[in-house]
Amino acid sequence: MSENVINTSLLRLEHIGKEFYGNRVLNDISFSIEAGEILGLIGENGAGKSTLLNILFGMPVINSTGGHEGRIYIDGQPVNFTSPQQALAAGIGMVHQEFSLIPGFTATENILLNREVLNGSLLRYLFGKRLATLDREAMRQRAMKAINTLGVHISTDMVVSEMPVGYKQFIEIAREIDRKHTRLLFLDEPTAVLTETEAEILITALKKLAREGIAIVFISHRLEEIKAFCNRIIILRDGNLITDQPANELSTKRIASLMVGRNNEQKDFYAEPIKLDKSEDKDEPDTSAPDSPDAKKKKKKKPALKVENLWVDMPGETVLDVSFEVMRGEIFGIGGLAGQGKLGIPNGIMGLYPAGGKVRVFGKKLHLNKPRNALNREMAFVSEDRRGVGLLLDEPLDWNITFTAMQMQGKFLLGIPHIFQIRNEIAMASEARKYIKALDIKCTGPSQKAGELSGGNQQKVCLARAFALEPNILLICEPTRGIDIGAKNLVLDTLRQYNKEHNTTIIITSSELEELRSICNRVAIVGGGKIAGVLPASAPAEDFGLLMMGQMRQQENENEEA
Amino acid sequence: MIRKFFDIVAANAVPAVFIIISAFAIPLSGFSTGYLIQELLTRIGRNAFLILSLLIPIMAGMGLNFGMVLGAMAGQIGLLLICDWKIAGIPGMLSACLIGTPIAIILGIFCGHILNRAKGREMVTSYILGFFMNGIYQLVVLYLMGPVIPITNPSLLLSRGYGVRNAVSLSGIRAQLDNLIPTVITGTEGTQQFLNINADSSFFLIQLPFFEGTIKIPLATFIVIALFCVFIIWFRKTKLGQDMRAVAQSQSVADSAGIAVNRTRIIAIVISTVLACYGQIIYLQNMGTLNTYNSHDQAGMFSIAALLIGGASVSHASIANVFVGVILFHLMFIVAPMAGKNLIGEAQIGEYFRVFVSYGVIALALVLHAWKRNREQEANRRTLREALKK
Repeated sequence: MSENVINTSLLRLEHIGKEFYGNRVLNDISFSIEAGEILGLIGENGAGKSTLLNILFGMPVINSTGGHEGRIYIDGQPVNFTSPQQALAAGIGMVHQEFSLIPGFTATENILLNREVLNGSLLRYLFGKRLATLDREAMRQRAMKAINTLGVHISTDMVVSEMPVGYKQFIEIAREIDRKHTRLLFLDEPTAVLTETEAEILITALKKLAREGIAIVFISHRLEEIKAFCNRIIILRDGNLITDQPANELSTKRIASLMVGRNNEQKDFYAEPIKLDKSEDKDEPDTSAPDSPDAKKKKKKKPALKVENLWVDMPGETVLDVSFEVMRGEIFGIGGLAGQGKLGIPNGIMGLYPAGGKVRVFGKKLHLNKPRNALNREMAFVSEDRRGVGLLLDEPLDWNITFTAMQMQGKFLLGIPHIFQIRNEIAMASEARKYIKALDIKCTGPSQKAGELSGGNQQKVCLARAFALEPNILLICEPTRGIDIGAKNLVLDTLRQYNKEHNTTIIITSSELEELRSICNRVAIVGGGKIAGVLPASAPAEDFGLLMMGQMRQQENENEEA
Repeated sequence: MIRKFFDIVAANAVPAVFIIISAFAIPLSGFSTGYLIQELLTRIGRNAFLILSLLIPIMAGMGLNFGMVLGAMAGQIGLLLICDWKIAGIPGMLSACLIGTPIAIILGIFCGHILNRAKGREMVTSYILGFFMNGIYQLVVLYLMGPVIPITNPSLLLSRGYGVRNAVSLSGIRAQLDNLIPTVITGTEGTQQFLNINADSSFFLIQLPFFEGTIKIPLATFIVIALFCVFIIWFRKTKLGQDMRAVAQSQSVADSAGIAVNRTRIIAIVISTVLACYGQIIYLQNMGTLNTYNSHDQAGMFSIAALLIGGASVSHASIANVFVGVILFHLMFIVAPMAGKNLIGEAQIGEYFRVFVSYGVIALALVLHAWKRNREQEANRRTLREALKK
């Protein structure tokens, strides 16, 4: 088809937009891709990349929420996919970020999954193709051909679960190119799990595919790689198309700042609320007083929280090896892209997921893997999973607010400990009322059920429960996820105020860099399960951007000197 | 090294325990080899088909199909009806299958749909579903048979005029399949003696030297079982079998590859239910009597126990597991009563063992399965971390 119409692009998007429940996530996106072109697609989390891909693939989530705006053309013909199968049939292939491979199957079986070569037989004609037997030899040859196209050597009989991570990525790509008419291949962070050599082999293979006329859309957070490999770069930010330029016209730094999108002029605004720029600024002498005598051996004050070589096995948020220190009274931010492990850090410290490594709280070792241990050390946690872990949805507010304090510290109870105790409903209700007033929780009273509140008010209840513990260290995940702007500011102000009044150490994990920079003293950026770097909040936005994009530690050091 | 050793032990712990128990119990029981072989062959013929019907749901990742009881009920309804209609012999068995098949298909579809709503909890769901269906079965057999479903044969009915008796004699089809191709193994010396007794019937005679006594082989039943094994081997090679293996390992991946996950799972359960129906018919033709209200209950429990004793797990089972299981399980039941009697003068211990061992083995297998899965996760975690750290 493409030979007849020389001037039409392989894929053209015109004015694509999408709203989810009144929330605009994509706005007027137009671009096109030619055959054999390699296009880099860059954007922060929430920039709209995944929505764009969902639209292109006809994912049911798009249709069920009212479709999208704008038009998509393939070879100049308008298309409107309503299922991923249609997109596949039109020659669009997708390699997902998570491997969609069957672990116990061989490379061959995975490459030809649901496209197996079948033997002809009488039964096949009588009962349909599902009762035909597989032609293993023909399957092996087809798999071999697909693997060879990539220029790698992987045995077709190797079981996927025994493969190194890099191989799995190749198998996944081989599966896409085995489809006879795949002409456009989307790769979502294909190199994130690869070693450098593997990434090079992959890129060579992709270039080879591009020369054969397959267009490639490459989503990656490794800027250098994108710059070196792509012909053209598209940057999305907050649902808008910011840049559509040839790769050689853009510098890495420029890409980073375009992606994060905060200009240097705005820097002062974010620097404003910062009270402590660096840990040395704090000179409260009382910090080490309550601690053990070995605190005096150190010249500096003892950190409130010291984490060494922490690993956490949290699905989708694996932490590999993380070390950092948080000073007493500091607000410490943990940022980074989704899936890089930032949420795993607080969840691991609190014992919600299997974890290992050394964690010291005010100099004393914390035994991991049991939430009770962490709570006993006067740490409080506000989970990112508000409705799952955070709240007892079917219980009233006063229960929700006082529950942990009651369980852990025996507050709000009457009677003789360990023998006979009943709840002190009056004390519970008055505690709840105190927080309802202080945090402006919109509800009918302490006896309303937590599940009936809006997201923002639920978040405030979670905070209230953490405050009721009177913690020394407060860990908060995604404090403003899914709540409106008014509630957002109130939550952040409350945290700031609480930090100021009680000198509580607060560790905030958030996907919103801007938010972290506005409230934290220092922000750590997590990438690939490790800390890519720790920057003061006043550092320029593009430095944060570079850290997120895997521009490694050399920058970090330079920035800290500056 | 040590870890590997433990893995091997854990994988084969159950069969090993049974081999050890049998090794002690056989000499204690004092049974002759010929008797043991005869009993084992009979019981393999009786039970193997039922156990084989469990393999396909395991292949589709749905665990042990406690819902096979549903199929057994369908088979029994077929048998009750042919008893009433007085169709005997092989035609009787075939018509029982013919009646049972549509009932089993409907029950299988029903069961499959429910299990699709209870993903990850298939085993407990199908177990309870068996109890529920038992209630409906009792309603049909106890109240509807007679007034609604015409039953004319008074020997089937309770004295009150409706409802089926607790024990129904299947004399019309008793051992019909087993004896369809009568085959006997005898020692060289015993041949003449055997022929003298059974002069009027024709037998395939296999003579073995140095062999005492005679052993009857249910050859036709074995041929049916062999055909079933061939079916399973062939089925594994089909596209549908491949799809089931994929669904078993990752429903989400299979779904994104375009495999109709729910439909595939329903097909697996339907096949299993229908085959369990045939299995129960074969089982009962060997027994010769139908315990209207109990036979199906035991079918599920003992088949699953036998399969597990053969070394199968909740997620993996082979044809070899079936035969090892059926031999070990029944060997113990043959020898345990006598061994018990000779040891402590109490034959009841055999029946005690039967129930105790069945439930114990199922519990053990479930615990081992959970333990193994935890360990695999642990190992994955370790390797992933080490691989990524580099």
